[in-house]
Amino acid sequence: MSGDWSASAHQLFKEHDIKQVAYVPDAGLSKLIKSSLADNDIQTVPLTTEEEGIAVSAGAWLGGQKCAVLMQSSGVGNTINMIASLTTTCAFPLFMIVTMRGDYGESNPWQMPMGRAVQPVLEAVGVRCLRAETHEEAADAVKAGLMMSFHGGEAVAVLIGQKLIGAKPFTGAHAGMQAED
Amino acid sequence: MATQKLFRRDVVKKLMSVRGDALCISGLGSPTWDLAAADHRDENFYIWGGMGGATPTGLGLALAQPDRKVWVITGDGEQLMGVGSFSTVALQQPKNLAIIVLDNEHYGETGMQAAPTGRGTDLAAMAAGAGIAQTMTVTDEAGLDDLMKRLTDGNFPLVAVVKVDVRTGETVMPPRDGKYVKTAFRMAVLGADKAQHPG
Ligand SMILES: Cc1ncc(C[n+]2csc(CCOP(=O)(O)OP(=O)(O)O)c2C)c(N)n1
Repeated sequence: MSGDWSASAHQLFKEHDIKQVAYVPDAGLSKLIKSSLADNDIQTVPLTTEEEGIAVSAGAWLGGQKCAVLMQSSGVGNTINMIASLTTTCAFPLFMIVTMRGDYGESNPWQMPMGRAVQPVLEAVGVRCLRAETHEEAADAVKAGLMMSFHGGEAVAVLIGQKLIGAKPFTGAHAGMQAED
Repeated sequence: MATQKLFRRDVVKKLMSVRGDALCISGLGSPTWDLAAADHRDENFYIWGGMGGATPTGLGLALAQPDRKVWVITGDGEQLMGVGSFSTVALQQPKNLAIIVLDNEHYGETGMQAAPTGRGTDLAAMAAGAGIAQTMTVTDEAGLDDLMKRLTDGNFPLVAVVKVDVRTGETVMPPRDGKYVKTAFRMAVLGADKAQHPG
């Protein structure tokens, strides 16, 4: 597969009959969110916090639908108990796409600790992580992850690296400094 | 006039008399034991953990099964932990989802510690503020009759906060294997073929 990973992911959602897309926005997810919103066969479920998405996904599965959960890496920190308690205990399939922050090229120190923690904490609660650093890898990982979760019965997170989505620069004027004239 | 607060076991039993074929999700702790005691069926998804997750689980289910009523039965503490989900539900406006909060104004399961709901926090007002038009607080038998009527009429989404006293019933345990409960639920709702071969 070539081209933008978001377009491939949307195409794969259609092929896998994903009916619900639950998300908290992130810049790296904006294309996929936009195409999901524009798709009449997909129910988009904006969340107030990411752990809701884990539960929405479980509920969708109880009712015979597949749900994809999209979030920024910081949001992974909000999901851990819900994944451990609900997803892993009951062996619900789970398919997440996580766009990384605190990763390659990050300049915001507040993102760093969670960025480092994403993969180990997900793995600690039973989620398999598929990392992707290029558009092609990301599209492949989405394809593989959809199979592994909804057919293989696993909890899978596709981690889209910051090398792919680009690091947002954090620079600006310094608080408390006099503007020079 | 002395007012006798409602007993949660009687409340759930009464509600179950108008359940029909509604699908039920119960929040961790007492609501799960209440549902198991009142009306044990495969169409119950009993949650024993994941505090805050009952309402969003009900939402995912309600969206997936638009022709079935879905009732979430949970505690005030459990709902407070996931209170943002009122907003998430309000955005979707599911016409088949009712959220029934058994509000004993305490964290019962962990030793009956006081909860904010006994000190000014109003879950029905929070639901209304989130954008859920149908909300009610039930404090007596007449209110319970009104709730039963609303559950039957199905003018949803509905959030009903039922004030109950601190009495708990005998612990009645549903199956403890979550994988079993999940699969039994899917078999009952989807049939064996779809449950085993999701496609
Ligand atoms: C994330 C998390 N925090 C804390 C607990 C401990 N806990 C279990 S049940 C419960 C209280 C539930 O209170 P409520 O929903 O009001 O139900 P009640 O037992 O009062 O009916 C708490 C705090 C938990 N299981 N999970």
